Amino acid sequence: METLMAFVIGVLYATATYMMLRRSIVKLVIGLVLLSNAANLLLFTTAGMMRGAPPLVPEGALQPEGPVADPLAQALILTAIVIGFGVLAFAVVLIRRAYDVVRADDINRMKGTDT
Amino acid sequence: MLLTVLSGFFVAALAPLVHRHIPPRHSGLLFALFPACLFFYFAQQLPAISAGAMLLESQPWVAGLDIRLSFMLDGLSLLFALLITGIGTFILIYTGRYLGDHPALGRLYALLLCFMASMLGLVLSDNLIGLFVFWELTSITSYLLIGFNHEDAKTRAAALQGFFITAGGGLALMTGLILLGLAGGSFELSQLLSEREALQAHPLFLPMLLLILVGAFTKSAQYPFHFWLPNAMAAPTPVSAYLHSATMVKAGVYLLARLQPALGGNDAWLWLLGLTGAITMLMGVYLASRTTGIKQMLAYSTVMALGTLTMLIGIGTEQALIAAMAFLLAHALYKGALFMIAGVIDFSTGAKDFLQTGGLARQLPITAAAAVGTALSLAGLAPMFGFIAKETMLESVMGAPALAVVFSVAAFLSATLGITIALVVGIWPWFIRRDMPELPTAFRSPGPALLAGPVVLALLGLGFGLLPALPEQALSAAASAAAGHAVVAELALWHGVNTALVMSIAALLLGTLLFCNWGRWRSMTDAGERFARRLGPERLYAMGMEALVRFSAWQTRVLQNGYLRYYLMTTLGTMVVLVMAALSMNLSGIRIAMDFSGVAFYEYVIAAVLAASSIAAVLTNERLGAVAALGALGFTVALTYVMFSAPDLAITQVLVETLTVILLVLVLFRLPGFLKLSSRPLRLLDALTAVIVGGTFTVLILAVTATRYFPSISQYFVEHAVSDGFGRNIVNVILVDFRGLDTLGEIAVLSLAAIGIFAMLKLRSGGQE
Repeated sequence: METLMAFVIGVLYATATYMMLRRSIVKLVIGLVLLSNAANLLLFTTAGMMRGAPPLVPEGALQPEGPVADPLAQALILTAIVIGFGVLAFAVVLIRRAYDVVRADDINRMKGTDT
Repeated sequence: MLLTVLSGFFVAALAPLVHRHIPPRHSGLLFALFPACLFFYFAQQLPAISAGAMLLESQPWVAGLDIRLSFMLDGLSLLFALLITGIGTFILIYTGRYLGDHPALGRLYALLLCFMASMLGLVLSDNLIGLFVFWELTSITSYLLIGFNHEDAKTRAAALQGFFITAGGGLALMTGLILLGLAGGSFELSQLLSEREALQAHPLFLPMLLLILVGAFTKSAQYPFHFWLPNAMAAPTPVSAYLHSATMVKAGVYLLARLQPALGGNDAWLWLLGLTGAITMLMGVYLASRTTGIKQMLAYSTVMALGTLTMLIGIGTEQALIAAMAFLLAHALYKGALFMIAGVIDFSTGAKDFLQTGGLARQLPITAAAAVGTALSLAGLAPMFGFIAKETMLESVMGAPALAVVFSVAAFLSATLGITIALVVGIWPWFIRRDMPELPTAFRSPGPALLAGPVVLALLGLGFGLLPALPEQALSAAASAAAGHAVVAELALWHGVNTALVMSIAALLLGTLLFCNWGRWRSMTDAGERFARRLGPERLYAMGMEALVRFSAWQTRVLQNGYLRYYLMTTLGTMVVLVMAALSMNLSGIRIAMDFSGVAFYEYVIAAVLAASSIAAVLTNERLGAVAALGALGFTVALTYVMFSAPDLAITQVLVETLTVILLVLVLFRLPGFLKLSSRPLRLLDALTAVIVGGTFTVLILAVTATRYFPSISQYFVEHAVSDGFGRNIVNVILVDFRGLDTLGEIAVLSLAAIGIFAMLKLRSGGQE
């Protein structure tokens, strides 16, 4: 499964890169969303993917029976998802504000610091 | 010893505060008590040190890196410490009077004391890293001292030039010292000095030597780095007197003498130091003989002295080292005095150039007497100590193991021109009576505070000359430390008629002849000056600085161009190159797994949906379509989390994805539709970039999942979640317990984002109202 996901994540990174290279700010935001999903999946995949073994301890036991999916990677991704959302929300509102000033959906026109 | 060094910084910190409450005339005297106390402390150690003892003191500093604040007191350190504190005492007394009405005098005291403490730290350091730190501290404090009159653009430029050159050399020195420490197996000088064979047989001996020499040569203003020193005369006179007589510029000489037992005694050392020193000596004395600025002439003659010292240390015989130490002492005495005398002339008459002066002996009789005495020492004439130093110097260059003829000729020429300089200094301002232009300012009488330094130093020069046994003990100890074995200096005023004396007499006659034709000599050598202005080291330095500024402007234009796409391209390109380079350098150790076994049909479908929805987000021309594609992608990712044992992630992802879609729809709806802003070739180029980046990540993941270098630390969390965290959901326990601080940081980030969003929304409504 990791092999398959490697290719899927490659596609996600490629699309994210392409979108972030566009001059449209909206496309930049879309690129950001794609990028954060790609990064999360990258962490998830490289930690090893397991079916049907969530990192939970059964009631009354001290440790899970048998191997479970990597809980550390999951904790990190969880943080990343939430932070990613915070960044996205901030970026979206920032862009909205910038658009009010520049009146164009074009990053190249935001080069100057004076307008 | 730690205390003697650190107390300097402490006193320096207090100085401006104390200074505010006492009149400036007395503050100099008060602060001078401090170096005077240190002087007596060091003088007390003299008998023990000259008996061969060595004081060591060590304090852990950065324990993890084995850096210690360790100090060593042997003959060489002691001689320097005595000069630093002794001359420092007179400088502080002098400063209080000379700059008594300067508004920033408190700052000057603080800087001078800081500088003195750094200098003491430098000559007392046993640890190479400690030595380097103090070395850089002297560079920084001297930069501040030279640039003390910072309102003047020229002064600032001179300070910066000195700083660039010494700090640039400092970088080379650091590399050299680290190599030295690694090659010698210790960073303690006291141990390194006995590692001579191991060091000189080391394959990196020559690079190490060159790097250390660059550091020492820049600091001690050796050719071709000599030009910063005369420019540094922009400093107030007491600072010049201190920096250029006994301290700053002698730091390089100290380092060379200190390392002579470990690195010296081979051809590279002899040729590099000997020839550089000889060239510097000649350049210095030549330039000194044709300048008319009082401080300029003294500065160039300092360059000459530094060249002489470097040459003597390069020769490295016992006699040469004794000569070096004697010359060091003589120079510190007469140069300190002469700079202070230059200050007295400036203070009393406002004259800064020899051509503005003449016949001052009547108005400044004591100063004139001191000047004659010190000038005799500078000329190397009996009965001053400078005579002994010069005779020993001439004898030792003739006894050089190689290049003796070259060194002798250079020393003879330098002695000749040295006589000319000394005659200018000792006669011109005092006794030559010409139809004088008016003095620049009304005459002011120098008080005892200004005269104390020159008079005492001149008397010391005379006393040491008449009774050379007085400094013998200290000089022997210093020369022993520089030689690495016990050396006994036997100095005498009268050596009988020998070659050195004949050379001195010839030099005296030629030098006097030159002095009588001083004006003609200056105009004769104008051509050389014109050439130096076009292609000399200083011009090269200026050209280098201009080129550096142009290069910085160019690379800022290229890198900081303001286009997001180029920033991204640079970042991504660097990443791809680094990842690929790391992978290709390690090809044998990395396996690429291609394993599709066990993948169920519906998992292929999910993978296809992930890929397809991201591509759809790219291809669509409508904002709503793009948002829908992103939604599809997000929820499929959530599905992936569900299937692969990550329920918490799935829940969060679903929640966040819903919010994202709502947010995007709400905000993006108010922005205009997509336009095709880029040309077709540009889009193809971007597509290519995108494929390369994506491909890099695919290869990276394939390599990472198949290769494992270290065991995972996750097992710890799995085992301890219940016992230590009392929770059965291991991910939750990690988030709120094991890595709770991370989560706190995450909350802080989210709060900041929320505050930012709120502010931006508020701002808009505020602006519209």
